[in-house]
Amino acid sequence: MKRLVILVLILSFYAYASAAQLINGAGATFPYPLYSKWFNEYNKQKPNVQINYQSIGSGGGIRQLIDQTMDFGASDAPMSEEELSMAKSPVLHIPTVLGAVVLSYNLPGITKLNLTGALISDIFMGKITKWNDSKLQATNKEVKLPDIYISVMYRSDGSGTTAIFTDYLVKISPEWSKRVGSGKSVKWPTGLGGKGNEGVSGLIKQAPGSIGYVELIYAKQNHFSYVNIQNNAGTFVAPSLDTVTAAAQGTLQAMPEDFRMSITNGDGKNAYPISAFTYILVYKNMGKDIGKPLVEFLNWSMGPGQELAKNLGYAPLPGNLIKKVRGALTQIKFN
Amino acid sequence: MKSLSSALSFNDYRRKLINYMMIGLIVLGAFVALAPLFSIFYYVIERGYHNLSWTFFTSLPAPIGESGGGMGNALLGSLKIIGMATLLGVPWGIATGVYLSEYSYGKSSKTLRFVIDLLMGVPSIVIGIFIFTVVVRPMGGFSAYAGAVALAIIMCPIIARSTEEMLKTVPIHYREAGLALGIQRWKVILFILVRGKWGAIMTGVVLGVARISGETAPLLFTSLNNQYWSGSLKDPTSSLPVQIYTYSISPYEEWQMQAWTGALVLIIFVFLINLVIRSFFSNMRDSRD
Amino acid sequence: MKKKDKDFSDKIFYWILKILGYGTMVLLAALVVVLLKVSFPIFEKFGLKFFILNDWNPVTRVFGALPFIYGTVVTSLLAIVIAVPVSIGIALFVTEIANSKIKKILSFLVEMLAAIPSVVYGLWGLFVLVPWLRNSVEPFLGKYLGFIPLFYGAPYGVGVLAAGIILAIMIVPTVSSICREIFYSVPNLFREGALALGATHWEMMKLAVVKSSVSGIFGASILGLGRALGETMAVTMVIGNRPQISPSLFSPAQTLASLIANEYNEASNSSHLAALTAMGLVLLMVSLAVNTFAKIIQKRFQMRTGVGK
Repeated sequence: MKRLVILVLILSFYAYASAAQLINGAGATFPYPLYSKWFNEYNKQKPNVQINYQSIGSGGGIRQLIDQTMDFGASDAPMSEEELSMAKSPVLHIPTVLGAVVLSYNLPGITKLNLTGALISDIFMGKITKWNDSKLQATNKEVKLPDIYISVMYRSDGSGTTAIFTDYLVKISPEWSKRVGSGKSVKWPTGLGGKGNEGVSGLIKQAPGSIGYVELIYAKQNHFSYVNIQNNAGTFVAPSLDTVTAAAQGTLQAMPEDFRMSITNGDGKNAYPISAFTYILVYKNMGKDIGKPLVEFLNWSMGPGQELAKNLGYAPLPGNLIKKVRGALTQIKFN
Repeated sequence: MKSLSSALSFNDYRRKLINYMMIGLIVLGAFVALAPLFSIFYYVIERGYHNLSWTFFTSLPAPIGESGGGMGNALLGSLKIIGMATLLGVPWGIATGVYLSEYSYGKSSKTLRFVIDLLMGVPSIVIGIFIFTVVVRPMGGFSAYAGAVALAIIMCPIIARSTEEMLKTVPIHYREAGLALGIQRWKVILFILVRGKWGAIMTGVVLGVARISGETAPLLFTSLNNQYWSGSLKDPTSSLPVQIYTYSISPYEEWQMQAWTGALVLIIFVFLINLVIRSFFSNMRDSRD
Repeated sequence: MKKKDKDFSDKIFYWILKILGYGTMVLLAALVVVLLKVSFPIFEKFGLKFFILNDWNPVTRVFGALPFIYGTVVTSLLAIVIAVPVSIGIALFVTEIANSKIKKILSFLVEMLAAIPSVVYGLWGLFVLVPWLRNSVEPFLGKYLGFIPLFYGAPYGVGVLAAGIILAIMIVPTVSSICREIFYSVPNLFREGALALGATHWEMMKLAVVKSSVSGIFGASILGLGRALGETMAVTMVIGNRPQISPSLFSPAQTLASLIANEYNEASNSSHLAALTAMGLVLLMVSLAVNTFAKIIQKRFQMRTGVGK
């Protein structure tokens, strides 16, 4: 026992000696694959900066920022007025990249599926319960849908992905808006809950007949098929870098100063309807030890970071927006 | 007369049949209950051993989409948290056990013993919430300290009760003899009673360590996780059970396989502890016989 | 002078032990008080309705505990229903049937079952048990027994059934080891009497051993229940995380503990956090009550039969 204690002490002192500046962040799972890559890459370039990021969900990211148990938060849904008022000091929203929420499904042998907004709402409302429902079959004439139950998969944690998806459903379905509403956690009329984009992906992978919403990269990495969704202009659009960028372009003029904006159900012939910005949330006043390296990193993410985004299926920010974000970063004060 | 005896023998057959059936059922049930154990062993070994290499014990987790990496930081983190929990929980547990057995009488002793038993039954996740509220929030962050305090609380009652049981087996005349020689009471307790039962008390301690080394729920809200080696005990710290949990609910096959390897390492650790205790116990019994 | 010194060091020692000992009592009280304080706004807002409200909606900030209490009770009861007969079987096998070698091996294996960490059970449940339930067991039950509401609905694999089975496996060691002790304590006279009267081996076990231990077995079951109620990780991983009350064993559900594990770090606003803390308080109170009840039963059993320590 004594030896064990001594060992632990030695090991922790060893760890002390090699200590680099550790920055702690937590939040959205939506950009986690990218952030994981970013922080790893950045640490290789600057070994004395370690950014520890825990993907606990956007709701958690916001609360841990408010509680000041984390140095920064991350969320796909911008903070609400109420949340902003709870924060100890003013908070800055830094959009990092654009992403798409895709509807992934597990139907062996079927790789193409078209859905309209109304059908999506019906499925997630529990009104359509079987895959061979006549309404689904009518929009997908070229495939034969199987006679199995639809298992709806949703997020059990407070999630920005949920916020984006339900924001879209509220916009297209009055019934959804009345019965369920939008937010980071909602009361789902049907289905199964998984923890994080990771958990929902895990559920979809396991269960034939399932459908769930995840970030595009999770669908790609897991080789899921995903739904083409009918947008405002009436075309069925697959999620991709181009269609997400198109959704952003359509609404960029309206971008407010604090970057808090929803781009779901956007206009434009090619716009993918469930697209969104994802944000890193920081306090405008920060300690120097944490603040300086964090701002340096954020500037890096606007440059080389954007290049890495493409490889992972996230759309880089449009050039003029990057300029604005760099401007906003100069507002951060150190004390 | 004849009909009666044939009826009896029919009844006998029925009873015999039921007898064999029920005994068969009991034996079958016992083995069915053990099927999960073998299944768990099989899968943990079969899926876990591929990644079992030096790298697994020494390197950091790889970012998503890249293969390789390990749980070195989680293993070190677990060691740190368990080590600190032991430093905190063991003296507390032993002291409580000694108090119960040597100083506490009557109703108050009954109440205290009851409270300790209740504390043993508190779900560990509730302790996680408690420590989050009273340690993590005021300290301004998740930390190895917070995790250690949570685990120490889980450990303390286990050690307290086992220490008490062990001290109670010491005959009363040991105490009387010590006191009659004019030795101070605390010296009698520490150097005669506790020292005499040191081995048995340590068994309880090791059992407590085994119990907390697999705890996951309270660590989620206290030490959270960290993909780096935590430099300071004040930082969020990775631990083996939390890392297994995170990886197992992830959609990435590499991570899931790592979770199995983590489970293999954790099980080996816990079972080694149990084996040590068993061999120790049988030694003690041998020496007594 | 010397005498005083002696008293003094003894006194210090005594007080250190006393403070540390009663520290546990303070700790338990602090647990209750802190949880009560954090969750107070929820009780203030909903009152006792909190316990009977079948709704959990962080958007509208309506928080009710009923679906989680239901999920906790149903999964735990299912676990008891599966685990208790099996545990009695194991205990009978060990005490009445097996020879000493098999006895040793079996006891060892059951203890190993107790040593496996919860998260490993969860891992195994998620990747081995759940696919098996989804692909084989649930479709089979649904096909032949689907008319009973218990086996109605889509076979997700994850859900009440999976959680109940995992919990049953986890509490078998606890329940069976207590049963074993109780059976050992049945006087041999009972057994010999039964056999002398012509009972078969099974009748002897039934009449002499099990019947005379009923209240002890009941106490063991309650202790097992106490363990099952608070079990978190393994359940969280296989229950499906859906707050609902449904009669079907196939349907996903949510327990108090799994709800907290899922949402506590992630809760987005303070009333959500308060509601989760309130769930923690409910869980704490329920497990305190169940453990107290188990203690009372145990004590009565000991008093009547003079068995145990």
